[in-house]
Amino acid sequence: MAVADLNAATRPAPATPFQAALKDAALVALVAMALAGPIVGLQTVDRGGSLTVDARFAEVAVGIVIVFFGRLGLALSDRGLRLPSYGIAAGLAAAGFLLPWPTDLLGVLAIAAGAALVIRGLAGQYGAHRQSKAALATETDEEKADRLRRLFTRGLGFLLLAAAVLLPMMPFANSYILDTAIRVLTYMMLAWGLNIVIGLAGLLDLGYVAFYAVGAYTYALLSKDHGFGFWGALPLSGLFAASFGVLLGFPVLRLRGDYLAIVTLGFGEIIRIVLLNWTNFSGGPNGIGSIPRLTFFGHPFVRNAPEGVVPFHQLFGLDFSPLHRSIFFFYLILVLALVVNVFTIRIRRLPVGRAWEALREDEIACRALGINPTNTKLTAFAIGAMFAGFAGSFFATTQSFVSPESFTFLESAMILAIVVLGGMGSQLGVALAAILVIGLTEAFRGLAEYRMLVFGLGMVLIMIWRPRGLLSHRDPTILINSGKGVRP
Amino acid sequence: MSAPLLKIEGLHAAYGAIEALRGVDVEINEGEIVTLIGANGAGKSTLLMSMCGKPRPTAGRITFEGRDITGLATHQIMRLGIAQSPEGRRIFPRMTVMENLKMGAVVTDPAFFDEDLDRAFRMFPRLKERQGQRGGTLSGGEQQMLAIARALMSRPRLLLLDEPSLGLAPIIVRQIFQVIREINAEQGMTVFLVEQNAFHALKLAHRAYVLAGGRVQMSGTSAELLGNEEVRAAYLEGGH
Repeated sequence: MAVADLNAATRPAPATPFQAALKDAALVALVAMALAGPIVGLQTVDRGGSLTVDARFAEVAVGIVIVFFGRLGLALSDRGLRLPSYGIAAGLAAAGFLLPWPTDLLGVLAIAAGAALVIRGLAGQYGAHRQSKAALATETDEEKADRLRRLFTRGLGFLLLAAAVLLPMMPFANSYILDTAIRVLTYMMLAWGLNIVIGLAGLLDLGYVAFYAVGAYTYALLSKDHGFGFWGALPLSGLFAASFGVLLGFPVLRLRGDYLAIVTLGFGEIIRIVLLNWTNFSGGPNGIGSIPRLTFFGHPFVRNAPEGVVPFHQLFGLDFSPLHRSIFFFYLILVLALVVNVFTIRIRRLPVGRAWEALREDEIACRALGINPTNTKLTAFAIGAMFAGFAGSFFATTQSFVSPESFTFLESAMILAIVVLGGMGSQLGVALAAILVIGLTEAFRGLAEYRMLVFGLGMVLIMIWRPRGLLSHRDPTILINSGKGVRP
Repeated sequence: MSAPLLKIEGLHAAYGAIEALRGVDVEINEGEIVTLIGANGAGKSTLLMSMCGKPRPTAGRITFEGRDITGLATHQIMRLGIAQSPEGRRIFPRMTVMENLKMGAVVTDPAFFDEDLDRAFRMFPRLKERQGQRGGTLSGGEQQMLAIARALMSRPRLLLLDEPSLGLAPIIVRQIFQVIREINAEQGMTVFLVEQNAFHALKLAHRAYVLAGGRVQMSGTSAELLGNEEVRAAYLEGGH
């Protein structure tokens, strides 16, 4: 006994997790220095025929700092100190973007290190969560599966979001990549809007593109003929599209399934044909051109602005680049799409959202519970239409030209395909499907018209493997904590 | 005796040209369990559904708490204090037990929700265990419990039950009927029960109506009908 006590007294106090992590990081930095010194630090340069060796101190030093902080973050994360670890990750990412690096690659590395820390931290949290919850006896297998799935989708969702936010800053982001990404996001937004109508409320709408067209033309006419700015015309276009939704919905929502699908399909075509033939109003097949381009709150994206107007690049003291406009559009549509997404996630937990889903499940039961099916369907229809209207406004201002060509049935079919492929009602599934459908048709552009064959093949395969869509799971809207408390 | 909670007078209802109800009179008093028995196709379900607005009665009158509700839409009637557990239970299969119960409470003040939920879980402890599970994965008996609990979440004055014993094992049927008895005895809930299982229904109910060919053939207290030779021969032989 005495010996043990003595030992305890003479033994140094155990290191705190933070100290241990620091020590660990320092050790790894030392190893990095030993490795990087000769490999990175010395560079052979050809000078006038003779080979000389240059030293690159800055690169080595910066590399070691990144390694140190990266390892520190990992070590902290492993010791359960996730918050400081995320702090380091944020610091690394910010430094990657903001600091002038000796070479670009180091900056990218710093960002990648930050991302790796976040992933590691989330994975650790997930594991810890799993262990702590696995012990709960009250949890059924189904609830457990639900929870794990929720964690997975949330992680994947945040990863996608982070990738989207970072995309324009990547060195490979050229105007082609950005334009494709804008297209993907536009379809994602439309599909999320349609998801409210089809996925949640269960109303098969084959004419969704009509509301997209209404939004685009409203925007075009308002901004061109009535001098509305983007932020004024956007909500008006959405409202106008929504009122069209109500207008159409009122007479047809007593129909179900196939019948509703046919009527909405017809409505979509009617809108297109009216636009095509009412030349005085909509310009007919020539469409409406030179719609004012979107500006950055009054600062246009042009090289030489007219007198008295400060162009975007001068405002921020940058060199002019046509990419600025694309980047702004990209972030704008990202925000718009996210608004739809967040709205849908929130409204599912409200009585009206839950009523939509109940209506999809069983209309007769809904009536028996006192829900007015007509009103409930109308709200779903109108809100879906409103989001299509927003997307239409965005389309009009980015293209600065609208014509009936852009609003054919094929567009409705494409949006519908994304919703069905993604798994009706699943927000993340729809996002993945939008990337897949638009990305793949883009990737196979080299095959010219045969790419629709590839598209068709892909659809068939997915429907064989995942007949209810990529992510067919429905998340409960009420979380139950170990059978005690209820969180709405 | 005070005026009945619900009164049906000379009710006719039809599906197209086929007349399913030909002048039905039924009275349900506050605090009673009243059952409606009859053979297949006698018009039992039609009567219950007509009370809920669909199919719309072609003639006759339904009054609830002295108010004429004939011709109102289903969802309007359900907001007046009538709740039903429909035939075939019709729970929402992809929604969880908790979400199903929440749907039952859409017409009531959310402030009552916790209290009502507590009561539902006391009546059906099984549902508490399964609150996070999807309705479609419950057993038939549990689904029926959920359908009744969901209906009660709207704090009704009158509970309509359409064939709660349908497709359930005898022991489960007994459990369900026991709960209906408790709801009536402890909460004073008025219950109108449509049932093919005449023996159980008559054992449970205070009064009963026998429906045949779209008309009330017989009515009286349950004890009278249980003792009646005709009823025994037509509905009870081998029925239990």
